[in-house]
Formats: sequence, structure tokens, C-alpha cells
Amino acid sequence: MKWETVIGLEVHAQLNTRSKIFSGTSTAFGAAPNTQASAVDIALPGVLPVLNRAAVEKAIRFGLSVGATVNRRSIFARKNYFYPDLPKNYQISQYEIPVVSGGTVAIVVGETEKSVRLTRAHLEEDAGKSLHEDFHGETGIDLNRTGTPLLEIVSEPEMRSSAEAVAYAKALHGLVRWIDICDGNMQEGSFRCDANVSVRPAGADVLGTRCEVKNLNSFRFLERAIEYEVRRQIEVLEDGGRVVQETRLYDPDRDETRSMRSKEDAHDYRYFPDPDLLPLEISGEWLEAVRARLPELPGAKRERFVAQYAITPYDAAVLTGSRELADYFEGAAGGAPGPVAKLCSNWIAGALSARLNDEGLDIGQSRVASAQLRRLVERIADGTVSGKTARDVFDAMWGGEGTGDAAADLIIESHGLRQISDSGALEKIADDVIAANAQQVADYRGGKEKAFNALVGQVMKATKGKANPQQVTEILKRKLTS
Amino acid sequence: MDAGVSPGFRTRRESPGQTPVHTLTLKALSDGLAAGAFSSVEATSLFLKRIKALGPKYNCFVALDEERSLAQAREADRARVAGRAGALTGVPIAHKDIFCAKGWLSSCGSKMLSNFVSPYDAHVVEKLIDAGAVTLGKTNMDEFAMGSSNETSWYGPVRNPWDTQTVPGGSSGGSAAAVAARLAPGATGTDTGGSIRQPAALSGICGLKPTYGVVSRYGMIAFASSLDQAGPMARSAEDMGLMLNAMAGFDARDSTSLERPAEDYGRDLGKDLSGLRIGLPSEFFADGVAPDVAKAVEAAIAQYKALGCETVEVTLPNMRLSVPVYYVLAPAEASSNLARFDGVRYGYRTPKYRDLDEMYEKTRAEGFGAEVKRRILIGTYVLSHGYYDAYYIRAQKLRRLIAQDFASAFAKCDVIMGPTSPTTAFRLGEKAADPVRMYLSDIYTIAVNLAGLPGLSIPCGLDGKGLPVGLQIIGDYFREAQMLNVAHRYQLATDWHLRAPPDIDA
Repeated sequence: MKWETVIGLEVHAQLNTRSKIFSGTSTAFGAAPNTQASAVDIALPGVLPVLNRAAVEKAIRFGLSVGATVNRRSIFARKNYFYPDLPKNYQISQYEIPVVSGGTVAIVVGETEKSVRLTRAHLEEDAGKSLHEDFHGETGIDLNRTGTPLLEIVSEPEMRSSAEAVAYAKALHGLVRWIDICDGNMQEGSFRCDANVSVRPAGADVLGTRCEVKNLNSFRFLERAIEYEVRRQIEVLEDGGRVVQETRLYDPDRDETRSMRSKEDAHDYRYFPDPDLLPLEISGEWLEAVRARLPELPGAKRERFVAQYAITPYDAAVLTGSRELADYFEGAAGGAPGPVAKLCSNWIAGALSARLNDEGLDIGQSRVASAQLRRLVERIADGTVSGKTARDVFDAMWGGEGTGDAAADLIIESHGLRQISDSGALEKIADDVIAANAQQVADYRGGKEKAFNALVGQVMKATKGKANPQQVTEILKRKLTS
Repeated sequence: MDAGVSPGFRTRRESPGQTPVHTLTLKALSDGLAAGAFSSVEATSLFLKRIKALGPKYNCFVALDEERSLAQAREADRARVAGRAGALTGVPIAHKDIFCAKGWLSSCGSKMLSNFVSPYDAHVVEKLIDAGAVTLGKTNMDEFAMGSSNETSWYGPVRNPWDTQTVPGGSSGGSAAAVAARLAPGATGTDTGGSIRQPAALSGICGLKPTYGVVSRYGMIAFASSLDQAGPMARSAEDMGLMLNAMAGFDARDSTSLERPAEDYGRDLGKDLSGLRIGLPSEFFADGVAPDVAKAVEAAIAQYKALGCETVEVTLPNMRLSVPVYYVLAPAEASSNLARFDGVRYGYRTPKYRDLDEMYEKTRAEGFGAEVKRRILIGTYVLSHGYYDAYYIRAQKLRRLIAQDFASAFAKCDVIMGPTSPTTAFRLGEKAADPVRMYLSDIYTIAVNLAGLPGLSIPCGLDGKGLPVGLQIIGDYFREAQMLNVAHRYQLATDWHLRAPPDIDA
């Protein structure tokens, strides 16, 4: 039987506000345990929550960025459950009316574009951390993270493969950093994914029973966990079993998911509106003020890149993976004619990205500035150097040779890499090569195309690679057919 | 007595320096301090001495700290010398133990917090300290303010100074008894369903629950957040005004605190009452009111007519639902508010446990009393999946109807009057075994909390056994100043508020 995978993602994005969502305590990461926990955070008797306006503003930014409805009135609710790192033993969240409803996130998988609809995004507070090591069988509690603002972003179950899920997660990750609401640091838990995974016979219109997979703190784990979970569910179904609705934990060391709790022992969270907080009212003025401060969004930028620079949608999607990358591209290609822009795009996606990956750097740390790349690309376009030679120039720039915007020119001159475009000189070399390689000439004239390539190679060798291969081809063809 | 009787009536009886300080009203005590008739250290020492001598008889205090109180008194006396004295400078005030006070036990009447010394001050405590008041001690109360008789306290029941075999009312029973027994000139209380007004009535003193949001809830240990409101308990309307002036005001730490300009709650005192329309809801005078209570309240209304007021019939048809509505909403909020008392970070923790679940279970089983557990159970039940709509949502709808009833009534009248409680003080243990009967003793007060309105209780007579009867005055939103004057004019014309329990010198 053919199976179809159905995936929905719940992402918890930590909002990068200076203080917590319901108290004035700092949210800085990495302080000594329990040093960033105020009376409100540790839930002393009598304390009350006060909503942080900056957290709301970031939620509004998100809502506007995904074309969602920003609800003018939303309600904070208490989600009740006991856990030692949840000091009030309830979490303040939003339940019936979230701050953001709907919206879409565009993803590109291969050459295919797809729009993933969002169900909602709501504000809530993070819990603290339970530390199970180093306490000789007891559990330590660190409440520094308690009350850190989170935006929980819930998608519709619209992804059909692990690749789509990863593309969605990456697009969302790019977006929250783009609009500066989350630092996106997955190691520190600033961006956490849970995946709801189910399978169903291809063509079926009812959803299969889903499992929620947790602990996916990298895109790779997200992909592997979904793949494992899909295989597991298909196996269960093909063996005639039933998938049990449950929460499963991904174990990256064993690359498998394990049951954490089943629906039967699911909590009844007894949600009800938090009487300590008034309904969250967002005025039209506030909404418009936030809208006016939004940067150009990735989707709009992508479309503009395609139209303005005549690059492919795929390249545009790659280049708008982050605001820094897009800015780098525009720094290199801005105002340039089509061919230069296309070359910039290729170089950024190719040589530059490869270098950055190799050295674990991000675009902000590139050793070749955008203006330097631009000059190099211009030298390819005007025939000063070949693409192959340009690679050597690029490596030299990366290695620190040359300074300033004209670094490429300096390197080309000092290494004598300029292409020979003097046709007189090339004609002479071509004549010499033809004279010295009678056999290849005869083979070519007898119909062996391969022999021609050998003659081109001889000319290139004689010019130490500085000839323009196209020009060489033209000259040789003319001489051999005349 | 005619309506224009001069305040000299009081002055003659209470002129500072000639009468014992403990018998003075808060206003008279304030005047005495201002006149230099005695110092705050002298007044504070006197009250502390009385509390030590008589407190155990009524069990109305759970914490005293003489050194701390006297240090505050000395500071107040210095401030006065320095010319920085206000109306409350040096005036000793007792705090209901529901308020967190820095360095003080803040137990909320519960074993669960019997070891909790607060590291911070509630907004109310802070404001009274800023006004120069001296913290006299912490008063006993029903556990987590859940009770109408002060019998649910972990520290044992409070006894009513009018008859120690009867209850003082609850949950602010310790504050009520302390003021009645002249152990404090004023005390703070909190009122979720009547917890200021009902004990004020049963103990023969005055108590005011302001409009919801007028006094910050920050630092007041939450029972039912949407209903809880702090207010003053004292011996006269004038005294309550002085206390409320210090207690009220916007606090950014409480999201339900109202941002309004500061007001002088005593500004209307003395204004003529002619033409005031008093609404009398038929529901307040139906079956279930003790005859002596009805008689005293009717006499009070006759007195108001003599003062030039008119009466109008009003009706609050949904008021009969207020007790069931309250006993859905208040426990629902309480079940969540009290979840933080888990033994993990502070408060009581069971000494022996095998694992986390057992620690939670034993800590809460041992730390909470029966009434608190009953309400946590009710609240957990009504919020549960499948019951939420039938209970919580329906109760919220009815709550709006009850508020609308009051809105319609206030279209026809300026204040509403009736009994505060259907009976006078009942005997200790009389209703303890029957929660529903106990809950019905708040039948006239609960609707006011559900609507968020201000309400007060003043003494208006004694029953056949010599126990005090309370008159409830309910005002429209933010009409505290007017209500205080309505009470004040009655107190100028009568002396019920000056009566003391038989054993106590008036």
C-alpha cells in the first residue's frame, strides 16, 4: 500500500525581549541558577502578573509578517498542572482567543513553492528547568527561564514529507530572526519544534492517528525524527496494528522515538481565563505603528529579487534565507545589470556559501565583503578573467590578499591573471598549435570532434590558462574550416 | 436627635487626654497625637499591652513583634517632631494575616504558610507605612479567607468580644474582634464574598469593601482574584475614610488596579442627606432574616427618613442565585490560586515522602484544612473538561445578570440598604458541620462582590441577646465618599457605633 505522511508543527519561539513576559526580571541566558527569579517569577504568595508590552508587540510583528489576523482582543488563560519547575503550578497562556489567528508561511522544496497555513500563534510564559544530574538522586530547580516570553506558532497539518517540515521550520526560523522577535538559537532552546506526525493510505481524506514528537532541537533531528516516526507508524499499520495517540520523545543518540505518555494519562489542564489579567486589547493605532516599523519581508523581497535581478525563484529563496544574506546579495548586486546580478547570486550560493559552511561562519563574518565580490564578478562579466581564474582570485581574497573594494583588481594584476584578449597574439599561438599537431588536425577534419577539444587545450596550455576559451574556440574553428 | 447634631457630641465623650487612649476612635487618636496629648510610642505600647492581656481571650492576633512596632512608633514620633506628620502618622493599625508584610509572619491563617515570613510588603501595607501608620500585629482569619465564622483558621477560632461563645464572623474575624475589643483603633480586612462586612456586622464595628480595583491586590494572598478586595475596618465612617485615603490608589503591579485620580474619601462627610434616595430591595427583607435584625434595620431606615431621605422599592431578581454563582466562581479561581502551595519553594513541606507525587499529596493533605480542601475540590471539579460550560461559563453569565440588576436599581436610587447578615453572631460550632448553612450567612453580601460594587456595614442596633446588628449600605461604582457620608450622618445622629462589648470600656 502507498502511504501519505501528514505533518503539523508546533514551534515555541522565545521572544527576545529584555524582561520577562509578566515581570521585570531580565531574560539574559546563562546566569547562575535562580539569580534571575523575582518574587513574581517564583510565585511568592500575593504576587501578580503584569503583561510586558514589548512581548505583545513582537507577537503583532509576527502576525503582520505572516498575513494573519491580529486579534484586537485576546484572552490570557491559566493552564493548570503541577510540576516543580512551574512555580504557580499553572502556566499563563492563551487558549480560546489567541493574539494571532491564521496566516501563511511560504516554503520552497526543490523547485516547488508551497504555502503552509498557520492555525494560530499565542503568547505564553516559559517554565523553569529541572536539573536531574549532580543532585544525588534529588532534582534541582532553576527558575531563571521561568516567565520568559514564548510565541507558540501552530501550523495546520499541511506538510507531506520531512523535507517539507524542515523547509517550513527553516522558513519560520528565518522569519522570526528576520523580524527580530527571536534569536533563533536552537542550542539554547530559543526555537523549539514539536511535530505532530500521522500517516494515512494515499488518497484517503480522513487523518490517521497522530503522535506528537518532542525534543527536536535541530533541523536534522526534526528530519530524522519524522522519518523514523513515519517508518514506525507504517510498520505498525502494515502489521495490522493501530497507532496509539501519544507523546513521543526523540532520542538523537539512538535515532528513534520513544513513548513518553499516552492520551489516557493526558492532563485535564482546566483552562480558564486568568482573572489577574485583563483581556489584551490592541488598538488600531498600535497595530499600524507596528506595521510601519516592519522591514521588507522575505516573501516580498524574494518576489522583488526575481523581478529586479532576473534570478530564479529558487535562488531568490536561498538569498532571502536571512536578512543578512539578502543584504549581502543586494550589497553585491544592487544596481547592477542582469548578468552581474545573476553571477552574484551564483557566487553567493556557490563558492561563498561553501566557504562559510566549511569554516562554520555566517554571512556577517564573511572574509570577502559584498563590494569585493561585486568587483570580481564584474571582471568575469567584462572578460578580464575567466570563471575558473576568478575562483583563484576569490580564494586569494578569502585568504586576505588585497584590500578595499578593488581587491580583485589588485590580485589579478599582481598575479598577472588577466585574460589574453589580444587576438593577434592568440592567432599566432593558434597557428603554432595547428602546425605542431598535424595528427589532431587531420582527425578533426575527418569528423572527430574530440580532437578539437585537445587543440583548444593545447592553446590554453600555451597561454597558461589566460586565454578566453570562447575566443580560442572561435579562432581555431575559423582556421580549421578555411 | 436631629440631623444637624454637632460633632461635639463625640468630642465631649472622646476628648483626647481625658479618656483612655484605647477607647478613642482612630480620628480622635489621630487628633490626640497631633495635639501632643500622647506619643505614638505611648499609644502603641498601650495597645500592645492590651493585646497581650486580652488577645488570648479572643484569639484575634496570630503575630506580634513589639520591637518592630515600637521602632515604627518611634520613627512616627520623630516624623511628627520634624513636621512630617499626616493623619495616620503614629496611628497603630493591625493587618489581617492575608497581607504580606516584610519581616512578619504572613500565614493567611494556614498551616501551609505557618513558617512563611514575607520578604516583601503588600501594596496596602506599604501605603499605610508610607502614611506613617504603625503595624500593630497580624490578625487571625479563616484559612485563606475561606469561611464566615473564623473557625477554619489553623490558629483556632476567634471569639466574639460581645459573647465569647459566639463567632466574630469571617473571614476577617481577627481584625473585627480586635477593633471591637479596642485592641486596635483600626485594622485592614479583605472581602471576597462579605469577609469585611459580615464580621464587622457580627462584631459591632464598621467595615468597607471598596469598588473592585480601588485598592491594589498586590501582596494580598489571593483567594478569588476577580472578587478579592481589601478595605478598612474601624469604629466609624470617618475612621474608615482616613484609612481608605491611605490604602487606595493605582498600583502598576496589579493589572486590575484602576488608574484614577486620587480622592479624599472624607470629602463628603457632613453633607446633608435630604432627598437621598434609598433603594430597598424586597429580596433583602424576605424570609430568612432574623426578626431582631429586620427590626434594627427598619429602625435605621426610619432614622434615615428622619434625616430627609426617601425610600424606593427596588428589586434584584437574580440575587437569589448569587450564593450558587459565587460557590462556582470563587472555588474555581481558588483551586488555581492555591496550586502554588506545593512545598517546593516555601511554606510547609511534609517531612517524609518517597517521590514527588507523594510529596505533593502529603504536603497539601497536611497543610490545608478541611474547608480549603473542600473548595479546591469544588473548584477543580467545575473547571474540569466536560463540566466547565455547565458551571463556570453559566456562572459567569449569571454574574453579569446580577450586575445588571444592580445597574437597574441604581437608575432609581442613590444607595441600597438592607441587613449585612441575616442573623447576629451565631454560636461557635453551630454551623461548622453544615457548609451550606454557613455559606448562606453571606447571602446579602456576595452579590456585591459579584458586581464589583462598594459596600459597607455599620452597627445599627442590638438583638434581644445584646448582640450587634449590621446595616449594609451598597453604593454605585466609585461612590465610596458618598457612602461614607451616608454612614457618617447616621453615626452623628445615633451612638450604636460607640457601643462597646459588655466587658470592654466604651
